[in-house]
Amino acid sequence: MKSDAATARADFAAALKDAAIAALIALGVTLPLVGFRTDQGPDYKLILTTRFDLVAVMVALVFAARLALTLWTGHRPHAAGSSAVLERLKPAGSALFRLAGPALLGLALVLPFLPVTGRYELDLGILILTYIMLGWGLNIVVGLAGLLDLGYVAFYAVGAYSFAIISTQVIPATLPALGPWAFWICLPIAGLLAAFWGIVLGFPVLRLRGDYLAIVTLAFGEIIRIVLLNWQDFSGGPNGIASIPRPTFFGLPFTPGKDGFAATFGLHFDPTHRIVFLYYVILMLALITAFVSTRLRRLPIGRAWEALREDEIACRSLGINTTNTKLTAFALGAMFGGFAGSFFATRQGFISPESFNFMESAMILAIVVLGGAGSLLGVVISAIAMVGGVEMLRNLEFLKSVFGPNFDPTQYRMLIFGLVMVLIMIWRPRGLIATRRPSIALKEKKTISSDLIQEGHG
Amino acid sequence: MRRWENEPILAVEHLTMRFGGLIAVNDLSFQAGRGDITAIIGPNGAGKTTVFNCVTGFYRPTEGRIALVHGDAATLKAHLGPVTAHDRGFARFADGAVFLLERLPDHLVARHARVARTFQNIRLFQGMTVLENLLVAQHNGLMHASNFTVGGLIGLPGFRKAEKAAVARAVHWLEKVNLVARADDPAGDLPYGDQRRLEIARAMCSDPVLLCLDEPAAGLNPRESAALNALLLSIRQETGTSILLIEHDMSVVMEISDHVVVLDYGVKIADGSPEEIKNDPKVIAAYLGVEDEAEVEKIVEEVGLD
Repeated sequence: MKSDAATARADFAAALKDAAIAALIALGVTLPLVGFRTDQGPDYKLILTTRFDLVAVMVALVFAARLALTLWTGHRPHAAGSSAVLERLKPAGSALFRLAGPALLGLALVLPFLPVTGRYELDLGILILTYIMLGWGLNIVVGLAGLLDLGYVAFYAVGAYSFAIISTQVIPATLPALGPWAFWICLPIAGLLAAFWGIVLGFPVLRLRGDYLAIVTLAFGEIIRIVLLNWQDFSGGPNGIASIPRPTFFGLPFTPGKDGFAATFGLHFDPTHRIVFLYYVILMLALITAFVSTRLRRLPIGRAWEALREDEIACRSLGINTTNTKLTAFALGAMFGGFAGSFFATRQGFISPESFNFMESAMILAIVVLGGAGSLLGVVISAIAMVGGVEMLRNLEFLKSVFGPNFDPTQYRMLIFGLVMVLIMIWRPRGLIATRRPSIALKEKKTISSDLIQEGHG
Repeated sequence: MRRWENEPILAVEHLTMRFGGLIAVNDLSFQAGRGDITAIIGPNGAGKTTVFNCVTGFYRPTEGRIALVHGDAATLKAHLGPVTAHDRGFARFADGAVFLLERLPDHLVARHARVARTFQNIRLFQGMTVLENLLVAQHNGLMHASNFTVGGLIGLPGFRKAEKAAVARAVHWLEKVNLVARADDPAGDLPYGDQRRLEIARAMCSDPVLLCLDEPAAGLNPRESAALNALLLSIRQETGTSILLIEHDMSVVMEISDHVVVLDYGVKIADGSPEEIKNDPKVIAAYLGVEDEAEVEKIVEEVGLD
């Protein structure tokens, strides 16, 4: 017992020393960067102001955080009891995960009819579902086939612009009678066009792997955006395309008039009808994406994708045409991106190249990586956290009571967001749900640990 | 006997492979007999794996012809010339088919010529289960059965039947390599010896006529090595698959091979039955790098060539 106390004291001393060193480094960094500030004075001369109090706060924070971290990680191996508790909780955890899918689906189905759901919640739901769908689409490329795609937003843009151009220009010029059906006609066309561009992108990048693939796909995303920005006659340039037709309820518009949806079904006209309808459209599209991608995983093509992620050379030695396999992954992923893009166009009614910048690609990729590449449920959870969480950070008014009325919490939104991302990646480097369910089993499906799963090299 | 002369399945002629200034394989010609176990041996860096990569389509040789025949010697004799003259990788005839492997990309060598291979450093799909590994090996057949995914997606019964057959085939090979109990475990979790056998089972699931094994006994203990010998012999006996193997373990080579080709510095220095090779002074010199007779004797005893 005595020796235990002695080691504990030694540990604490070491932790203190470690924290002191971290604090010293923090002091070295913050003193010149934060400690001194130059402002332009009234006579246009520089005034040096010092902010040593701020430096002291930062150094103290670093010291405390480092000390806490060392003590916590240092204590973990000693606390055998707590890990046993965790082991016992594991089955409960996996049961929770098994129930999470159906529970989330049930919630998604009834959301528009919940009493707490207003216009804002519905819009947020639509936004989250759009990202879930994009995440699931990209999951085919990144999670299953292991091809790192940084330009996924290009296919989202192709879908949106295909929809916008066909519905505002092509249909009125050729078959105006189809007007009310525009959405349902353009949706598959937009998906196919996006798939086509997926193949177009696929061809040049087939030979590339890893970082090189990422750079070329990034460039492809930018090319699409810049073409849309500069090709005025085709895409309207920076002005974008406006007055894109709204979706109709299979031909019935959501208008207050006699032929409208509400009048036909004897309902009182309410503008949220359209939002509810949009919500169900994107829910259905997302569910189709989920259905197709779970189904594909159990088909030879899905297994070939995963095999490609695991070992491309072995695939070739087994007679798998890796070129076609990669192209189908790109094309199918792009197609779902295209569907989501046309939904985006019809929901917004206006699109411009600004909506399709690199941040969107990064966001979708972050959702997939954070959720755990290959996991559908992981993508849902991380989409809710990333999109919904960032939305919630807008309501940080309570921080004003802590930091004073001049504090603007929305400015710290991205900072908090970034911090959380870093923490999650430290805690779960392979994403929230990094394990893999086998696609077929002789007796029982055993979950495969993430240590064995390869990430793919492009 | 000398089946490799009368009844070849694979005929390598004047194969040369240069990497820049390095000549890895120089004007190599040999034949492998139908149903034979042919061993390619040689010191490290002799160009054995390069030959393998040329045969399986992973490398495009600088010069030379690699012909594989489905059919008999007459098929090869009748069609090899015309197929070579036409600018084609392969051609099928009533009495078989002739493939020029140096003209085919790797996946077509595996798919059409039905040449399967394993790798020196095992290449399994580690994050997939043992069963999944064996189903990926049957990709092309299943792809057809799923009507290129469309039929499978809507759940046509034809695909389900084909998948059942594929699973049955996988189970058959798992029984052969003694891994049925581990069918649902990830391949990366298996011990080394099991992974080697699984890789052979995976190659056999693609229904090859020629199985190329790159150092299958590397890293195996004597008991596993003996089991491997038995497995290879039973594969040959049961399916008639010809086997081409690279091996360092002389006990494997001498015990099971019908025909041995010896390479040194990319050149063939001997070619014949194991008996002939064992007594070839050139082979002994190349392998052991000594010329003193007495020392050779001593090392031969240690290595167990006799």
